[in-house]
Amino acid sequence: MLDLTWLLIAVPLASFLVLLLAGKRANAWGHWVGVAASSAAFVMALIAFIQMLGLGSGERSHAVHLFSWISTGELTVDAGLLVDPLSMTFVLLITFVGTLIHIYAVGYMEHDPDRRRFFAYLNLFIAAMLLLVLADSYLLLFVGWEGVGLASYLLIGFWNYRNDYATAANKAFFVNRIGDMGLIIAMGLMFAAFGGVDFATVFSGASSVSTAQLTAIGLTLLLAACGKSAQFPLQSWLGDAMAGPTPVSALIHAATMVTAGVYLIVRSAPVFEGAPNAQLVVAIVGAVTLLFGAIVGMAKDDIKKALAASTMSQIGYMMLAAGLGPIGYAFAIFHLVTHGFFKAGMFLGAGSVMHGMKDQVDMRRFGALRTAMVVTWVTFGFGWLAILGIPPFSGFFSKDKIIEAAFVGDGWQPWVFGLAALIGAGLTAFYMSRLFFMTFHGKARWTDDQHPHESPAIMTVPMIVLAVGSAFLGLILATGDRFVTWLEPVTGHAEHGEPVVSVPVITITTLVLVLVGAGYAWFKYGRADVPLTAPAATLATIAARNDLFQDSVNRAVFERPGTHLTRTLVYADAAIVDGAVNGIGGGSAKTGEALRRLQSGKVRSYALLMLAGMLVVAFFAVMGGK
Amino acid sequence: MNPIGFVYLAAVLFAIGSAAVLLRRNAIIAFMGVELMLNAANLAFVGFSRIHGTVDGQVMAFFVMVVAAAEVVVGLAIIVAIFRARQSISLDDPSELKG
Repeated sequence: MLDLTWLLIAVPLASFLVLLLAGKRANAWGHWVGVAASSAAFVMALIAFIQMLGLGSGERSHAVHLFSWISTGELTVDAGLLVDPLSMTFVLLITFVGTLIHIYAVGYMEHDPDRRRFFAYLNLFIAAMLLLVLADSYLLLFVGWEGVGLASYLLIGFWNYRNDYATAANKAFFVNRIGDMGLIIAMGLMFAAFGGVDFATVFSGASSVSTAQLTAIGLTLLLAACGKSAQFPLQSWLGDAMAGPTPVSALIHAATMVTAGVYLIVRSAPVFEGAPNAQLVVAIVGAVTLLFGAIVGMAKDDIKKALAASTMSQIGYMMLAAGLGPIGYAFAIFHLVTHGFFKAGMFLGAGSVMHGMKDQVDMRRFGALRTAMVVTWVTFGFGWLAILGIPPFSGFFSKDKIIEAAFVGDGWQPWVFGLAALIGAGLTAFYMSRLFFMTFHGKARWTDDQHPHESPAIMTVPMIVLAVGSAFLGLILATGDRFVTWLEPVTGHAEHGEPVVSVPVITITTLVLVLVGAGYAWFKYGRADVPLTAPAATLATIAARNDLFQDSVNRAVFERPGTHLTRTLVYADAAIVDGAVNGIGGGSAKTGEALRRLQSGKVRSYALLMLAGMLVVAFFAVMGGK
Repeated sequence: MNPIGFVYLAAVLFAIGSAAVLLRRNAIIAFMGVELMLNAANLAFVGFSRIHGTVDGQVMAFFVMVVAAAEVVVGLAIIVAIFRARQSISLDDPSELKG
């Protein structure tokens, strides 16, 4: 099975093509083809995983050569796949959560006339995402990288008859483009430094090039990761990306695609190991984003946007861990996996709520849904406890490890990163509890035409599975450091450094902060009445409601100068470049106009001119000889 | 007899021929002028041939005759075609090439 890994990518891709080309004929059964393709990928991944478990930990890295892709002069790129514990972790996460969300979407999109197209795009996404994580070179990874970007764009703008949704899709595409430029530049730098862009060449050569080169590569890779993973300062697209159907938000904008940046950083570990400054920047970006997302999440009233802010913040945690070096890589991926479960579960829960509430997303219009939607309430509750990090739910094992790792080191760094992670945990507890209580507890604030009801089984079963994962996955994987040992062949063995504060103190402080945050949220949004419209607030809250004015900053710093620059360029182009070309054209036309008069059309005048010409020629011929 | 006289005669004939081409409107007359110019050239060839005592000019005169014969065919055909098209053989009538 390990040699047939390409089938994992080929099956969803084939299904995508079938669904797209079959047209309306496939409307009746197309969604089941999509589900089948995703399930088949999961089954194959599972078989490969079991095979890999049978191998010793040193033999688990398996390279599959597919074909010689580009061969020109000095540049030779082979298309190949790299199956190792890291990519296998991602493959399992993508196919498993992906399949559950496919099943969920069968129910969620039931009344959408374009359901077949939706499943085609979902399958395209699965194929591209698998290519991204399985590629054995940055160039092939880039193909998957762009593929998921395309799928994300198509799915955010799935209901593109609404203008703001189409704009949201464009925004995601443009912001991602900035990150993609980073990856392209990184590949250029790699080719200059190592003469190749496949992982093996780059990682084996990483120790022999200068730190400056590695830092440049690391920073451009970080730019790419920031774009894809919605990290500061390229995070503005994620909130708007919630315009897509909720299964898309769960799969692409919570569980898998947005974590591709973390994958990129962890995969490029040898580069970052040689460039401590770039690594530090990764950690700083992570720390800034985790607080940024948490602050924005505290003020959002739109349930999906609050969850998106939370995703941003949680990926900030992963980035922070990835920036801590070998000690953090495994925890970054661990948190990524558990987050994939509980956040996807909560998004599906939010989708279920919207399904029962006629697509209402304003949490101020929810309340008291726990009686109307028991399954959603319980499954969402599991996700909520997991993200809070209450033991023994999964989030406790992954997030707590990141907070501990953030406190390891010397100088100012452990204090800054550790405190940021710690404060982030408290803020997370507050905004997630706020979301949970506003939605499921308190008094019903529904509009008159809303009659909330539980979703059908095809939607609740995936939610239940993900809730079970949210509850137990962390415990299962953390027991005996199972997950860390599993990833060790890729991330390398990390010495367990001692945190600057002792571990029990960190754990207890975290739990206290979480309880304080959750308790304050209960006091404010569970017990007290929630006003139907957002009350007037302090400047800080207004800033948070407006994404800390990120859009305004972008507009003032990039968009306006950019617009002026392009206007100037357009003017210069019209006046100078076009002016020169048009001038030559116009001049030729005028000369022609003047010369036109010579053509009288009179045969005899032509004859006279010919004779005159002949005489001139003859004159010079005769006289010239002398 | 001084052969240079042939060359003078040729020059006179050429002048008459070109005058006919330039001054007459009738296409047939102009055409005759062209023929006259060709024959003036022939006469000049032969005259120079005689002066230099070589046969090159005479050979050239034969070529010119052959070309002139072909030219007459084409030229007359054009004149007939023009006449059919516009019932006139005035050289000033067709002026489609006026810019």
